[in-house]
Amino acid sequence: MKRLVFIPLVIFFVMVAAFLVVLVRGRDPHEIPSPLVNKAAPSFQLPQLHDPTKTLSANDMRGKVWLLNFWGTWCIACREEHPMLVEYAKQNAIPIVGVDYKYSSDTSDERTAAISWLTEFGNPYAITVYDDEGRISIDYGVYGAPETFLIDKTGVIRFKQIGPVTPDVWTNKILPLAKELNR
Amino acid sequence: MKRLTFIVLASLCFATALLAQFAQPLEDPAIEARMKNLTRQLRCLVCQNETLADSQAPLAEDLRREIREQIKAGRTDQEIMAYATQRYGDFVLYNPPVKATTYLLWFGPFVLLLLGTAVLYRYLKRRRELIEVVPLTAEERRRAERLLNET
Repeated sequence: MKRLVFIPLVIFFVMVAAFLVVLVRGRDPHEIPSPLVNKAAPSFQLPQLHDPTKTLSANDMRGKVWLLNFWGTWCIACREEHPMLVEYAKQNAIPIVGVDYKYSSDTSDERTAAISWLTEFGNPYAITVYDDEGRISIDYGVYGAPETFLIDKTGVIRFKQIGPVTPDVWTNKILPLAKELNR
Repeated sequence: MKRLTFIVLASLCFATALLAQFAQPLEDPAIEARMKNLTRQLRCLVCQNETLADSQAPLAEDLRREIREQIKAGRTDQEIMAYATQRYGDFVLYNPPVKATTYLLWFGPFVLLLLGTAVLYRYLKRRRELIEVVPLTAEERRRAERLLNET
């Protein structure tokens, strides 16, 4: 009977252990599973960054396995991700389409800033399009740039990375999945 | 003097008329009310403990604009909520729907309550069983009566 006294204490320690495991090893609560994975990529038609007279639409990428990367010069994590993207692009494995976007409250000249960013740090993108009012980024449920979508030949989103595409994500998730989708 | 007063008063009237055009609300109050009501039920994804109505994040601002435009386009509240969940999942809803993935969230507390009640009930029952009822001896009874009669 006396041993029962220790049960609440034991339960307490089990809970502490469980919370610690989730805190240290669990997923980031900022990473919200996207409802868009395994659904058709939202369509868009946006002007190209370097030449506004030309556009690119999601349909133009049909038949290819490609990456769609949302970024902006105002985004600090994008700066961190950029040299990695430049490295991945050199491998010529998957074409990367960039969407440079900004929020409507941002009155700076994002287009000019983005063009000089790409000249200065290198351009990993096959094509970059410009989303001036962030509408397409909303359609893709982007809430924390950079965000990257892997889209298959039929235009279905197969994978979404929230935050920078780290070498680990690139070699262990994106590359194997793209290989499978390209078969 | 009267004329001067008249001129002053008349110009004041014009002044308020001029100001009135600046004082006009930027948006239709009915649309604003509906937008507020909707965004209070939605979570801001940038600062997750704030509603979309309260958040000052640029994304929240653009989403409010988006919702405002949809109200103007004649979309129903349900359609607008569906618009939000299609993009961000049930996570954006402060009042998540009851379905297989949210059963634990909705019914978990009641299961815990039932479990707790069962444990408490068993514990109290066992404790009662542990208390031995020992009848008083004749000597003890006499002493108790003496103590009770003292007053």
